[in-house]
Amino acid sequence: MIRSNISRMIKKMGKGNTAPEMSDGDEKAIDTKIARASQWQLIRWKFFQHKLAVVALFVLIIFYLAILFAEFLSPYDPHQDHAMYQYVPPQPIHFIDEQGNFHLRPFVYKLSSQIDEVTLASIYTEDRTEIHPLYLFVHGDPYRLWGLIESDIHLFGTKTGVYFFPLGTDQLGRDLLSLIIFGGRISLSIGLLGIVITFVLGILIGGISGYYGGILDILIQRITEFLKSIPTLPLWMALSTALPSNWTIIQVYFGIVIILSLLGWTDLARVVRGKFMSLKSEDFIMAAKLDGCSDLKIIFRYLLPSFMSYVIASLTLWIPDMIIGETSLSFIGLGLQSPAISWGVLLNDAQKIHVLSKAPWLLIPGAFVIAAILSFNFVGDALRDAADPYTKV
Amino acid sequence: MTEPLISVRHLTRDFEITRGLSHKKIGTIRAVNDVSFSIQRGEILGMVGESGCGKTTAGRCVLRAIEPTAGEVWIRLVETEEAQNLLQFTPRQLQTVRKDMRLIFQDPYSSLNPRMTIKDILSEVLVTNGLTRSKSDTYYQVATILEKVGLSEDHMSLYPHAFSGGQRQRIAIARALISKPKFIVADEPVSALDVSIQAQILNLLLQLKSEMNLTFLFIAHNLAVIGHACDRIAVMYLGEIVEMADAAAVINSPCHPYSEALISAVPEPDPRIRKKRIPLRGEIGDFLNLPSGCVFHPRCPYVLDICRTQKPELHNINIKEDKEHWVACHFAGSLNLAGIGQ
Amino acid sequence: MAKNSDVLLSVRNLSTHFFSREGVLRALNNVTFDIHQGETLALVGESGCGKSVTSQSILRIVPSNGRIVSGEILFKKDEKYIDLAKLDERGALIRSIRGGDIAMIFQEPMTSFSPVHTIGNQIMEAIQLHTSMNKDEARRYAIKLLKKVEMPHAEQQIDAYSFNLSGGMRQRAMIAMALACSPRLLIADEPTSALDVTIQAQVLELIAGLQENSQMSLMMITHDLGVVAQIAENVLIMYLGECMEYGSVDAIYHNPKHPYTVGLLASVPKIKTHFKEQLVPIHGNVPSLYERPSGCPFHPRCKHIINGLCDRQEAPVIEVEPRHTVKCFLYSEGKHP
Repeated sequence: MIRSNISRMIKKMGKGNTAPEMSDGDEKAIDTKIARASQWQLIRWKFFQHKLAVVALFVLIIFYLAILFAEFLSPYDPHQDHAMYQYVPPQPIHFIDEQGNFHLRPFVYKLSSQIDEVTLASIYTEDRTEIHPLYLFVHGDPYRLWGLIESDIHLFGTKTGVYFFPLGTDQLGRDLLSLIIFGGRISLSIGLLGIVITFVLGILIGGISGYYGGILDILIQRITEFLKSIPTLPLWMALSTALPSNWTIIQVYFGIVIILSLLGWTDLARVVRGKFMSLKSEDFIMAAKLDGCSDLKIIFRYLLPSFMSYVIASLTLWIPDMIIGETSLSFIGLGLQSPAISWGVLLNDAQKIHVLSKAPWLLIPGAFVIAAILSFNFVGDALRDAADPYTKV
Repeated sequence: MTEPLISVRHLTRDFEITRGLSHKKIGTIRAVNDVSFSIQRGEILGMVGESGCGKTTAGRCVLRAIEPTAGEVWIRLVETEEAQNLLQFTPRQLQTVRKDMRLIFQDPYSSLNPRMTIKDILSEVLVTNGLTRSKSDTYYQVATILEKVGLSEDHMSLYPHAFSGGQRQRIAIARALISKPKFIVADEPVSALDVSIQAQILNLLLQLKSEMNLTFLFIAHNLAVIGHACDRIAVMYLGEIVEMADAAAVINSPCHPYSEALISAVPEPDPRIRKKRIPLRGEIGDFLNLPSGCVFHPRCPYVLDICRTQKPELHNINIKEDKEHWVACHFAGSLNLAGIGQ
Repeated sequence: MAKNSDVLLSVRNLSTHFFSREGVLRALNNVTFDIHQGETLALVGESGCGKSVTSQSILRIVPSNGRIVSGEILFKKDEKYIDLAKLDERGALIRSIRGGDIAMIFQEPMTSFSPVHTIGNQIMEAIQLHTSMNKDEARRYAIKLLKKVEMPHAEQQIDAYSFNLSGGMRQRAMIAMALACSPRLLIADEPTSALDVTIQAQVLELIAGLQENSQMSLMMITHDLGVVAQIAENVLIMYLGECMEYGSVDAIYHNPKHPYTVGLLASVPKIKTHFKEQLVPIHGNVPSLYERPSGCPFHPRCKHIINGLCDRQEAPVIEVEPRHTVKCFLYSEGKHP
């Protein structure tokens, strides 16, 4: 029974009173948080029961905050080459110095490079004579935050000007952590922009299909099926090659967004159509009609709120597809390319065998891709589960 | 006899069965077949029958919740006025009577929008039909009707999920009554409830009916509930009315073999009333293969040749007397059928 | 009628609880009753009363988060009694009893049959699990069973799928499957609740007829007081997992003692007697098991509540007349109303 489900939820949250013991004809009013809870509150509460999803949400929030403040968080300008420091492996942080003293403040050693005679590769060793402590809010490469605010304060770094590359550097000596943070800007935002288009198309098309039915519905369904049967990646690849090569990075970026969201709406349209059809026959819709409500009012006041939560869950689950899409396209060289920075572009640079054997840390962007995708999936799954807080378990 | 509040004539509703991509029509189901009845002001007419008999469809057609295929629904909401055919109303005219003719649904879990507060659910009809002057007027009307159905005004700001099945049904009743209607179609209002709650809701409906001077079309499959609550009963089978008369007359001296079988099949909650019944043989008919002649003949223990070929008309066998007793059987009145207590 | 006074099944103080993160659900609390050979016992109650959990406990098919925490279920097999509650629920013994000695039919035959196997296949599977017949013999026997349950065109219908059949026919097929191994106890969980009343009458007559010929005991679980009155010999009234009253069907209907029983009987509309008589409903709601009232679970709705007693302690079981017991403080020493 729904009531027992909800009273269980209350007990879990320890919010005092149990669910209303309402007897028929009982004038006493018993009021609880749950009884007053709107659908969104119930969804939120149900969502928070999924521990993994909550953690994943936290991760996503951190990611998005990070890319918002990319200039501040990254130790260096990502475009900045450091010619003396190509293929530096991730630099360790130390707490105990050569003499065995413990320092509360972590520190790094300066790296000195030597060329290996045989391979002609650079070998880096730590110069342990001097310690260079790390500080917060240090001065570094200047930047303009969001193109507006000028500053040169970075979250962390050394005060002595000694380089600290927490995740190492690439072929050009660019700091990998900075590259990843900036790369996230493109990789993570493409998903968010893409779903706007998906959202509009999905609701419109799915809504028409579900609400009106008939020939229109049949036609739209066949088109949808056709589109869905086209293999995604090859389609994306084909469309990407069609992008003019003289387009700027920004133009390419938006071109990719549109390409990726071209297919996204099909899933959402299906969900919306399905919901419309099942809701159409719900008693409370007929009750609204019999109350005298106009079609428009029924759509916006009754139908729309009923499936909004599914829409959100659906969209959330589409974002990882777009992230993979952009990453894959850029990885094979069809999406964004250098000097644009995205996780896919970074992984492209890591394709070569000698890179993999020499500088495996350049695959770390992949870990971030995985983390982002997994997080979106966990959150989306939990949302989908919480999307209908009224079903009896 | 005074003019009825509602008079249904030859109501018919077909459903098409289609197949394939092009939705080609391969058959028609006549869910409601030429149904006619009247209900007097202040009366409760019960419509009883088993699954598929068309009672729910008929009830919805009467309100134009679904559109009938043919027929007339004459309503006379105000005693002094002429009767009008609801099926010929324009959408705008229809809108004006929505507040006077209301429906109570069977399932208390799906008939209330889970995402709206009780106040919003109940006031929808008021707002849509301009029946409220202000926010405080709405509040007052909602509070009043809630008290009337045995709930409290504090329940207004809660959501449906806070309530049990019986309470939700009270809310559904409140929604039907808040616009001070004249006519209610109650579609299986207690079937989905526990036994002890059914009695509460039945009593509530009867009490409100007399307080607010309502007229009911009461649809149910449970003959005991119908017999208890209704003044007159219409028995339906495969889309047709086979018998219609006063509740006591139908139950004590039924004139149609199906009514007899229905009464006999209802298990009485009294172990001292046990008799060996001969249950009706066969299955409930299939709409796609309607029997020729009388729709009931394949299962009728009294079937004769004429039943297979000629369809009996619903006619009144009590011409001489005051109370009408309608039966659709060639041998109406001449069969010695067993009602209760026989 | 119970021709033999041998007790076939004896349930003593059975308590089944469900465990979840939110707490313990006391689905059954000290349930006690007997079923004799050939007897028809009706288990009556509204939602949450535990009637289904009782049958699940007997057959040891309680869902995984539930457990029998105390009590005995003594079943007579091979001239001695074995305690079903103590058996390994996946063991061979209980599996041979399920379907063999004790069979069950459910409310919704559509979901009880596999949609991808013919009903013949499923009946034959039951047969072959419990007997040593080969496939041909099993098929012939299955057809015989279908004829016994009055399924028309049994030879063809044996190859039908459950969705080809109407509700009444499906229920007959379900009964055929249950009877395949001549069980000594048939548990019927709301077998006719989903059926139309004329079909219900057919199925009930069928079950009664089958019982007469075979000395099979029947435990009928239902909320329909009409059905109970027509087929039961003895009645057990349950509420929120406890046995409120137990007695012969005549005693329960004409001399009810427990306030809940009295209230239930007064809420049911009758057409053959007391036609149009005012219904007297029980005030209040059936609480959910998560909000189980303390002491006697019925006390919040009881007109005769004794404050300090009914809301604090579990009521005692009193025998008010031979073979008629009530679980109520009203009937303990010196308190006969």
